[in-house]
Amino acid sequence: MTQVSPVESATVEAPTVPHRVGSDRPFYICFGVIGGFYVLLIVLMLAADAWRVVYDPNIATWTSPHAVFAALAAPEIQYAIWLSMISCTLTTIFSLWVATPIGYLMSRHEFRGKVIVDAILDIPIVLPPLVLGLSLLILFQFAPFRWISDYVVYEVPSVILAQFMVACAFAVRTMRTTFDQISPRQEQVALTLGCSQSQAFFAVVLPQARRGAMTAATLAWARSLGEFGPILIFAGSTRMRTEVLPTTVFLEIQAGNLTGALAVSLLMVVAAVIVLVLARLFGLRKAVVR
Amino acid sequence: MICVKALTVRVGSFALRDVSFEVPARGYAILMGRTGCGKTTLLESICGLKSIASGIITLDGVDVTALKPAERGIGYVPQDGALFDTMTVADHLGFALRVRRWSRSDTTRRVAELAELLDITHLLHRRPHGLSGGERQRVALGRALSFRPRVLCLDEPLSALDDATRRQMYDILQRAQQHEHVTTLHVTHNQEDADRLADTLLRLENGVVMDIPCRC
Repeated sequence: MTQVSPVESATVEAPTVPHRVGSDRPFYICFGVIGGFYVLLIVLMLAADAWRVVYDPNIATWTSPHAVFAALAAPEIQYAIWLSMISCTLTTIFSLWVATPIGYLMSRHEFRGKVIVDAILDIPIVLPPLVLGLSLLILFQFAPFRWISDYVVYEVPSVILAQFMVACAFAVRTMRTTFDQISPRQEQVALTLGCSQSQAFFAVVLPQARRGAMTAATLAWARSLGEFGPILIFAGSTRMRTEVLPTTVFLEIQAGNLTGALAVSLLMVVAAVIVLVLARLFGLRKAVVR
Repeated sequence: MICVKALTVRVGSFALRDVSFEVPARGYAILMGRTGCGKTTLLESICGLKSIASGIITLDGVDVTALKPAERGIGYVPQDGALFDTMTVADHLGFALRVRRWSRSDTTRRVAELAELLDITHLLHRRPHGLSGGERQRVALGRALSFRPRVLCLDEPLSALDDATRRQMYDILQRAQQHEHVTTLHVTHNQEDADRLADTLLRLENGVVMDIPCRC
């Protein structure tokens, strides 16, 4: 048995000086300044775009709104807007279809090689965009992809596939986190109540994953809208065929039409902001309903 | 009747070995034991939610060891109730009946009967968000009893309740058990639960279930 000496067992007295805590203000000022700097940078960046659209400092003249709308009304840009909206929406739907089962399996089940599958799922996120496009291009030189290559590569489907490869990876991450946050206990109760695994998933788990799915859809849509690198390589930049909005910005800058490029850029910013705000509002409303 | 014979369950480094016990038909058994001794693991194994290494589980003479949770006919109430956030209380009570394709009129009648039994008729259109602890547990109990299971497994259903609500729940549990004629296995570490409810008292200690003479 360990012997405890009288000195060791003596009670340590609390200091007589009262314990004081300094102000919390410096803590919040530091964090606020650092965080505020980044938020301000984002806002200033967008404001500079907007300002440059309405005022050209090189020739010190105001750009008429008519010129901006005329730039947006060009048939090539109208086609790019249409293709972007359609392709982003389709990409979002496909991404959710694929991300939901992958996210669920990765969240709920342990299996051999899970770590490797997890790493593979992150590859589209970390791969340089141009490399991803090039890899897709190479893939379609091999069977069975080669058999449909004429209908895909440098055609509209290639735009959707290029967007999907990246957007889906983000959607998978979001859906996995969503399922992680839903307690498996509810699913287990559903099983004891007579449900098969699929009934428990569709009746109990999926309705609870709605907000996460909405976030995943938003992220996939916004990510698809901004996708450029893989599209440039895998779909090309053919006007009135595979031209999406980021391609338009690239082509307009190359042609020296900065006003057109900025007008399209602002259009993308507005679209992204609308989607983000809608998703936030939808999420908040759901939270209140709950 | 619940009959567990030589049950062995392994969860990581933890194991329950060679556990055997019986709960008489329509009896109310309280299973006690210290935190972490494997009470919940045992309950989940009986419900089919945890795969077992060996042993036999029979309910009313039917071997359910290899059956899926859905086929065992066990009503299960976990500690936190685990209510479905997107459903109303009425949806909860009718959930298992819709899965079993009961007719709409039978489902409506059964939901009304359970709501009256558990005194939750005024909550039928509410969602779980905002329900009190006692209300949540009554809904979870009603959901578990809805499809007339032969066995009811309760995993510390009263642990998060205040004393007044807990005593109210004793009456409700006794009333529900007598009304539904269901064999009940209730896991708890609260002696008062045992004193008030048990007609069979079991204690899980060092992986062994012991029958203890009931004080009630």
